Amino acid sequence: MDLNYTPEEEAFRQEVRDFLKENLSEELATKVRNGRELNRDDMVGWHATLQSRGWLAMTWPEEYGGPGWDAVQRHIFEEELALANAPRTVPFGLAMLGPVLIKFGTEEQKSTILPRILDGSDWWCQGYSEPGAGSDLASLKTRAVRDGDHYVINGQKTWTTLGQFADKIFCLVRTSTEGKPQQGISFVLVDLDTPGIEMRPIKLIEGGYEVNEVFFTDVRVPVSNLVGEENMGWTIAKYLLGHERTNIAGVGASYEALNQLKALARKVKRHGQPLAKDPLFAAKVAEVEIDLEAMRLTNLRMLFGSSDAQGSVSSMLKIKGTVIRQALNDLSRRALGPAAAPFPSEEVIGNYSVAPPEAASNAANYFNNRKLSIFGGSNEIQRNIITKETFGA
Amino acid sequence: MDFTPTEDRRMIADSFRRFLADKFPAERRNEIAYEGACHDPDAWGGLAELGILGALVSEEDGGFGGAGFDITTVFEEAGRALCPEPLLGNLLALRLYAAHGKADRVEAIIAGAERAAFAVDETDSFGDLGEISAKAEGDTLTGRKTVVYGGQAADWILVAAKSASGKLGLYEVKASDAEVLSYPMIDGGGAAEIVLDKTPATCLSDDAEAAIEAALDAGRLALCAEAVGAMDVLKDMTRDYLMQRQQFGRPIATFQALQHRLVDFSIEIEQARSIVIYAAGNLETGDRALSVAKAKNLIGRAGKLVAEECVQMHGGIGMTWEYAGSHYAKRLIMIDHQLGDTEDMLRKVMALTDISVAA
Repeated sequence: MDLNYTPEEEAFRQEVRDFLKENLSEELATKVRNGRELNRDDMVGWHATLQSRGWLAMTWPEEYGGPGWDAVQRHIFEEELALANAPRTVPFGLAMLGPVLIKFGTEEQKSTILPRILDGSDWWCQGYSEPGAGSDLASLKTRAVRDGDHYVINGQKTWTTLGQFADKIFCLVRTSTEGKPQQGISFVLVDLDTPGIEMRPIKLIEGGYEVNEVFFTDVRVPVSNLVGEENMGWTIAKYLLGHERTNIAGVGASYEALNQLKALARKVKRHGQPLAKDPLFAAKVAEVEIDLEAMRLTNLRMLFGSSDAQGSVSSMLKIKGTVIRQALNDLSRRALGPAAAPFPSEEVIGNYSVAPPEAASNAANYFNNRKLSIFGGSNEIQRNIITKETFGA
Repeated sequence: MDFTPTEDRRMIADSFRRFLADKFPAERRNEIAYEGACHDPDAWGGLAELGILGALVSEEDGGFGGAGFDITTVFEEAGRALCPEPLLGNLLALRLYAAHGKADRVEAIIAGAERAAFAVDETDSFGDLGEISAKAEGDTLTGRKTVVYGGQAADWILVAAKSASGKLGLYEVKASDAEVLSYPMIDGGGAAEIVLDKTPATCLSDDAEAAIEAALDAGRLALCAEAVGAMDVLKDMTRDYLMQRQQFGRPIATFQALQHRLVDFSIEIEQARSIVIYAAGNLETGDRALSVAKAKNLIGRAGKLVAEECVQMHGGIGMTWEYAGSHYAKRLIMIDHQLGDTEDMLRKVMALTDISVAA
């Protein structure tokens, strides 16, 4: 047993910190810290900053332009970025399509697509869920019918995150209705400029715009845009979902959220003293902090590969990580009392100063982060995964 | 970072597990746990021979372990088997004797020749050393100590009492010189009320508060590890029961309502395992008090969840004395009553990490 990082790992952490100090603008960090919406330029610009150091595609092997890090380095990197309030990188090209192409793509697909992800030429989005296929993804109905050298796609995708900024979309489509539903699915790449595609925004609970519906009407896609074999899309989808996620628990982000919660509790007053002095409130904060401490260790146990921490632990971390983050969001909203109520428009934040500016979006963030336990395999689906392992069925 | 136990600790765990399985099968365990002196001298001798007591003290103090992970290794196994022997009392006493250079006593306890206990709580002082009213006068002690773990089977009682200077001192009393009122506890194992009335005592220190806090933290860590061991076993029993029990024509393990509840408490068991590792790794650092308090708070919450859910998911059978699972559930609930409960530990965490002060 040894709970310390090696000197090499500590040096790497320092290297990341130095880089962030040098390259993450206060303006951008403040935007992230205050929970404000990032625009396309913010995100593309941040990608370019990371790419200038070769740190953008952190899970890719070196031969494809990744930094060649191990899981511990990736963990340290993500933790430091979260603690510094750096924007999260957009995962669809970097963490999803990239690894899929590296594993299943043709040489041509790899050589044409991967560099364009790295240099920001292409923004990818994801076409998985459908109105009738959420947790039961294999029941998806969007059809791709072969017509010569093309597939003709008809159907509808939904929950496509940041699709409004995207150039391209990777989709799961049905190419066969024979056999089990999982057996007739293919993974295809689609240019969003292709005629017949319409993207419509979905306004979310807090009023924000980050997800979309995508409608496909007789969309013609070259057969060469198929990834892997026809009808092996489910295998690819499973690979993608199971692809190593060192950050599934979001430990760094939760620690940053905890720090902000404590700072807020020192700032806002209740009954003539800082809220932080209220033992009822402080007790709730302490309890979440204890749970977070335990989860930090659970995450490290998985990362450093102790034999008792494999398998369903990543599902456990997904559940616990989202529950903890949501508890922190809940306390941050409640810390504001009535000041949480104003809709966080530029005018309210800039001119009215009801809540401290860094906390003006707390209620919106609370509502928005209810998504955490729903997306990426809902927490109920994670429980099913753990159940399967527990009962060996 | 490395989360693999050392070879030595793995061997201790393995041999202790086999030993406990042999000495304390369920029926025998209950016989010892709830009857007489709650202590089997033969088993105690064997346990000493195995080196289980020596593992609780550092080499420089006469043992061959003593680190946080040595303590958790021993007590996790004790928890898995619901070992009824007075390990906790002797751990506390060993740490205190070692801290005060009493090498002869440490040696005798490690060898299994003598047993000791630590009398700290009084009915009006739970969780608060400042409220202790037992007093030293000359070479005697007067006061009443309550629920002294292992006090029923001890040769020596270490007593926390106010010294003449008003500070908290540490004294040794020969058990046969005190009035010892013994009883089994509701979850098994023994304890005693210790009544002192001008009882002859030897002073080990007239200012022992720091040493007592350190020993209590070692005890809390031990209880946390014991809980993890008990939780693992109770979870396995519950899983097996769900697979075997048929209702409505199928195993009740096929019902999602039960599956998801089992998952939820399994997650808390992993959290518990993690926080025990964290606390064990910090037992000798400046974060000892905070990390142990965090651990015991989480263990209190997790233990209650696991105990209550497992009894519930077993249905009627979980309510019976005959079913071993009920005794695990009791132990998990009652661990929270020992050496500071969930709320005591939360108050301690809040005091040590005062969020009204910027870090």
